[in-house]
Amino acid sequence: MNLVSFLGAIEIGFVYGLVALGVYLSFRILNFPDLTVDGSFPLGAAVAATLIIAGVDPYLATACAVLAGMAAGLVTAVLNLRFGILHLLASILTMIALYSVNLRIMGRPNLALITEPTVLSPFEGLGLSGLYLKPIVGAVVVAVVALLVGWFLITEYGLGMRATGANQRMARAQGIDTARVTGVGMAISNGMVALGGALFAQMNGFADITIGTGTIVVGLAAVIAGEAIFRVKGVVIAVAACIFGSIIYRLAIAFALNADYLGLTSADLNLVTAVLVALALILPGARNPITTLLARRNASRGGGGGA
Amino acid sequence: MRLRTAITGLSAAALTAAGLTLSAAAQEVTVATTAIVEHPALDAARDGVRDELAAAGYVEGKNLRFLYESAQGNPATAAQIARKFVGEAPDVIVPISTPSAQAVVSATNEIPVVFTAVTDPVGAKLVGDPKMPGGNVTGMSDLSPIGLHMDLIKEITPDAKTVGVPFNPGEANSVTLMELIKKEAPARGLKVVEAPATKSSEVLGAAQSLVGKADVIYVPTDNTIVSAFEAVVKVGIDNKVPVYAGDTDSVSRGAIAALGFNYYDIGRQTGKMVLRVLKGEAPGSIPVEGVEITELYVNPGMAQKMGVTIPETLVAKAKEVVQ
Repeated sequence: MNLVSFLGAIEIGFVYGLVALGVYLSFRILNFPDLTVDGSFPLGAAVAATLIIAGVDPYLATACAVLAGMAAGLVTAVLNLRFGILHLLASILTMIALYSVNLRIMGRPNLALITEPTVLSPFEGLGLSGLYLKPIVGAVVVAVVALLVGWFLITEYGLGMRATGANQRMARAQGIDTARVTGVGMAISNGMVALGGALFAQMNGFADITIGTGTIVVGLAAVIAGEAIFRVKGVVIAVAACIFGSIIYRLAIAFALNADYLGLTSADLNLVTAVLVALALILPGARNPITTLLARRNASRGGGGGA
Repeated sequence: MRLRTAITGLSAAALTAAGLTLSAAAQEVTVATTAIVEHPALDAARDGVRDELAAAGYVEGKNLRFLYESAQGNPATAAQIARKFVGEAPDVIVPISTPSAQAVVSATNEIPVVFTAVTDPVGAKLVGDPKMPGGNVTGMSDLSPIGLHMDLIKEITPDAKTVGVPFNPGEANSVTLMELIKKEAPARGLKVVEAPATKSSEVLGAAQSLVGKADVIYVPTDNTIVSAFEAVVKVGIDNKVPVYAGDTDSVSRGAIAALGFNYYDIGRQTGKMVLRVLKGEAPGSIPVEGVEITELYVNPGMAQKMGVTIPETLVAKAKEVVQ
């Protein structure tokens, strides 16, 4: 794996880290299996690309993309909570509707941003090549969003949201408006995914109608891989694990792409990626060296350090 | 040690003496190709590039490293492939299809890029001015000669009044072609009926929706429709609606006739542009090319099954008659 390939994987890993955060919020915190993300990721890309081409400031365009994503999340939530459509089905309905909506927004299936200004433009004069600039910007954006999410989840409102996902009846008994909390959570989740889409389009120079395909799989894989490797129950660490998992997933793909010396071709890419992600899930469970080490140390201290 | 140097020197001299055609290819060059998805036409374009290079003395395994990666239909993977290639710094990168080309072009402004199988390079912002691209990018467009295709339909089925066009509104190339069809068909007295299909599993339904509404079916060079071409042919045979294609590869799969190009020839033509870059020309000074070779393929047996007869004069003109 060469440097450009490595940095590219890191950069795309950070961008999809936003997707992982969104998926974490819906699947894990709210316990709401949400496939809307397959539509809200390209929605973010479509809104940002269309507005930028129309001459809107890239930052404002990206903000609008986030709002559009939040609206998409709300649609799914309303379909489920207000009209009682099964959550999985509600999200699938929004997802397929967004395919047409995205085509309408862009007016065509592919919009190019190669020569347009992007959120990266203000930093391009700093003498840093795009090679390093893109992963750094990606890291900063994701770090800020992750901190906000981490902080949000330990506020009183965030606790209410976690309670809603854990035990809805109990949460309602505590006076939490679970419907509203779920709606807000879904909006935040899809807003983050749309932000990921908007960044992806700007960093890679195009928005394409097909970029949403399989977003949910990538997001889930990142969340699960992150959880398997970190094995922590705390919410704030779990948020960091999502982003870490996303980068691991991208590195797995980069590795699969560079495995030609093993006699593998690009046709084997999906299989290699699946095997690598499966290994990431199995190996820590088989025997986690860090856990074993900690346990041994705690045992030798007579349990003094245990908490 | 000295002996080995002497031998290397000798073999180098022998190579140079072996032929002037090989002289340009004395040292190893790397050409990296990538496509958004595995697809017969895109694969043929890649093979065309490889064979054209081989014909010029760049042989894989000897003095050519020929790389190929498919993004398996996933644009995020296409972006990662683009980074991988840029990091390996090959002599030329040949992206096949629009999303792959955009991913590569946005990943580098130094390594020479010769894109191919892109219908609208200006719309895709790969080049500003196709006559003088500038920078590190040139390539060729695979825009179909739609006007000629409509002429062919009128020639074989002069009574046709409506043409049904299955296409994927999600493919950039197809949308461009559809705009052209809507301009060229009415000029020849043909009304256009659209039949959108967003994935290959929807192609059969789209083709069936045309029965009774369209006198003939024309399948443009649309990746989704072409990958499920047999479904359209089945509808054509069952309902006696002749099926035309925009690419000649589809004639052996059941289209009655196609005037056009095959992606292998496109690959060969792209290969010629790659050779110019390998010889030191700046990509920015090579104009973007369009399809040069068009040829007629006919399938009289299939025509009969779909209830039409291809005129003898046309069969005689055809480059290939599929039996």
